[in-house]
Amino acid sequence: MRRGVGAGAIAKKKLAEMSKQLETFKSNLEEFASKHKQEIRKSSQFRVQFQEMCATIGVDPLASGKGFWSEMLGVGDFYYELGVQIIEVCLALKHRNGGLITLDELHQRVLKGRGKYAQDVSQDDLVRAIKKLKVMGNGFGMIPVGGSYLVQSVPAELNMDHTVVLQLAEKKGYVTVSEIKESLKWEKERACHVLDHLLKEGLAWLDSQAAGEAQYWLPALFSELTSRDVTPEEANQMTP
Amino acid sequence: MDRFSWSNGLLEIDETLVIQQRGVRLYDGDDKAKLDLGVALLSTHRLIWRDVKNHECCIAMPLSQIIFFEEQAGGIGKSAKIVVHLHPAPANKEPGPYQHSKYSFIKLSFKEHGQIEFHRRLTEEMTQKRWENTPVSQPIPTGTGPQAGRTRAVGIVGIERKIEERRKETDKNISEAFEDLSKLMVKAKEMVELSRSIANKIKDKQGDITEDETIRFKSYLLSMGIANPVTRETHGSGTHYHMQLAKQLGDMLQAPLEERGGMMALTEVYCLVNRARGMELLSPEDLLNACKMFESLKLPLRLRVFDSGVMVVQLQSHSEEEMIASALDNVSDKGSLTAEEFAKLLGLSVLLSKERLLLAEKMGHLCRDDSVEGLRFYPNLF
Repeated sequence: MRRGVGAGAIAKKKLAEMSKQLETFKSNLEEFASKHKQEIRKSSQFRVQFQEMCATIGVDPLASGKGFWSEMLGVGDFYYELGVQIIEVCLALKHRNGGLITLDELHQRVLKGRGKYAQDVSQDDLVRAIKKLKVMGNGFGMIPVGGSYLVQSVPAELNMDHTVVLQLAEKKGYVTVSEIKESLKWEKERACHVLDHLLKEGLAWLDSQAAGEAQYWLPALFSELTSRDVTPEEANQMTP
Repeated sequence: MDRFSWSNGLLEIDETLVIQQRGVRLYDGDDKAKLDLGVALLSTHRLIWRDVKNHECCIAMPLSQIIFFEEQAGGIGKSAKIVVHLHPAPANKEPGPYQHSKYSFIKLSFKEHGQIEFHRRLTEEMTQKRWENTPVSQPIPTGTGPQAGRTRAVGIVGIERKIEERRKETDKNISEAFEDLSKLMVKAKEMVELSRSIANKIKDKQGDITEDETIRFKSYLLSMGIANPVTRETHGSGTHYHMQLAKQLGDMLQAPLEERGGMMALTEVYCLVNRARGMELLSPEDLLNACKMFESLKLPLRLRVFDSGVMVVQLQSHSEEEMIASALDNVSDKGSLTAEEFAKLLGLSVLLSKERLLLAEKMGHLCRDDSVEGLRFYPNLF
C-alpha cells in the first residue's frame, strides 16, 4: 500500500470535500431564505441576532456582495446602500461639524434621506454599516459619548484625551478650560493643547465673547439641542 | 384619544426627553384622529404629541395609561404603526382634544419612519417605569386608581387575550426562524473549521497546491464570508470575481477620475459605483480587494494609501511629480494656500487637496504654518 501521501494531496481532498459541502450549504440557505427572507427584511431584532450568530462562528455575512448570505438573504444590499447614505450625510455636514456627528442626528438624517417608501433602519443597522465602511480608510469610527456615540468620518487623530474632553462637552454642547481643569484635574497646558487640536481639526468653534471665559463649542453636539422642535418658551428656558 | 390632555409641552424638572420623531399621525382606534401630522415625543413620564405647524396644539398622556403596545408593519402605501392599548381615562383627567372615544387604543403612524427606535425606547421606558421613582411637581393622573380597576376588567381582558394570541403567533414564527437559523449556523461552523484546516495545509506546503486551487479556495471563502487566513503575495485576497470587478472599474472610473483631477477618495468611488449599480451592490471589501488588483492586472489605475490612512484611486498617468509641481505652482502663485482654498482652485475635495499639500510638504517643497486659524502652506524657501 502506498504510504506517505503528501500534505498537498490531503489538502486537495479537503478542498474537494469543501466544494461538496458548499453546494449542500447553498441549497440549505436557499431553503432558509425562501421561508424566512421576509423576517430578516422586516425585523431589526432578527437582523441583530443573525449578525451575532455569524460573528460567533467566524463568518461575516457582509464581507462581500458575492457571498451566499448577501445574494440569497439580501442582507448585503441593505447594508451597502446604507453605507452610501451614511457617507453622503457625513460629507454634506462636514463643513459645519468638522466630520463629527452624533449617532442620533445621523440616524434622523439618513431616515429623512431614504424617503417614505424605504424600509426603516435602526441604530444598530447604522453601527454595522459604519463598521464595514472602516476598511475604506476614510477615518470612520465611533466614539462613546453620553450613553450613545459620536460618529467620526474624517481621519482626524483623536486620542484618549480628545475623547474625554468630547464626553465632558456632551452635556451642554460646549466646554471651558476651567471645567476641564476641575473635572479632569488636568494642567492648563494639557487642556489648551487638546482644545487647540479640536479647533484646528474644525471640530470645535471658539466663542471668545462668552461671559466669563472662552467657550469651546462642538457643532456635532449642539445640533442635538437645536434639532428638537422647540417652542419659544422652551428655547427661553433652555439656552444658557 | 380621550386619554390625552392639552399640554404646554414643557418638560418637568425630573422629566427627561428620551426620543422624538417627526412625521407622526395619530389614530383614535382605527380612525384617523382629527389632527394633522406632528412630532411624537417620548419622555420618562409621558407620551407627548405636538402639531408641527401649530405649536400651540400640544397634547400629552402619562405613560402609566399604557397597558400594552405592539408594532404593526407597514406595507405598500401604508406606514408602519405602533398600536398602544390604554387604561380608561381617570375621572380627574384634564381636558383634551377628545371628550370621549369608543376605542381603548390609539395608533401612532410613522410617516417618516423611525418606528423601530421609538418602539425600542418605549419598551425600555415601560420596563423601567422611571416615572414611579421621580414623581413630577404637577400631579399627573395615573389612571390606575380603584375606579379604573373596575372598568378595566370589562373590555380590556378580551383585547389583552387577542394581543397575547397574536404575540404568541409572531413569537412562534420568529422562534421557528431562529431554530432554522441555528441549524444553518451549525453547518456553517463546520465549513469554517474545514477551511481553517485547509488553510493550514496550504501554509505548510505551499508548493503542493496549484495557483488555481488557491484561487478556488479563496472563492469558497468569499461565498461563505470566511476571513482569508492565507495571503498570497500575487493576488492578495483577490478571486476571479475581484479580477473582473477590477477590469470593470478600470473602464468605469476613467472619465470620473479625469473630471476630478485624477484622484478620488475610495469612499467617493464606493458611492459612485453603488449608486450606478442600483442593485447587487459592492461591499466595501469587494471594492478594496478589486482596487488592490489594479497593478497586477496592468490597469491604468492605482490604489494609494496616504500616511493619514486615507485611501484613494488615482489615474496612473497622474504622476507624483506632476501633482507636487502643480501644488507648488499654485501655492507660489498665491503666496500661500490652505487646503480649503486649494480645493476651490482645483475643484477637488478638501480631503484630497490636503493630501496633495501634505505630499508636497513631505517632499520638501512646501512648509506649513500651523495655528488655530488653520493649516496654511507656503513655498519652502529653506
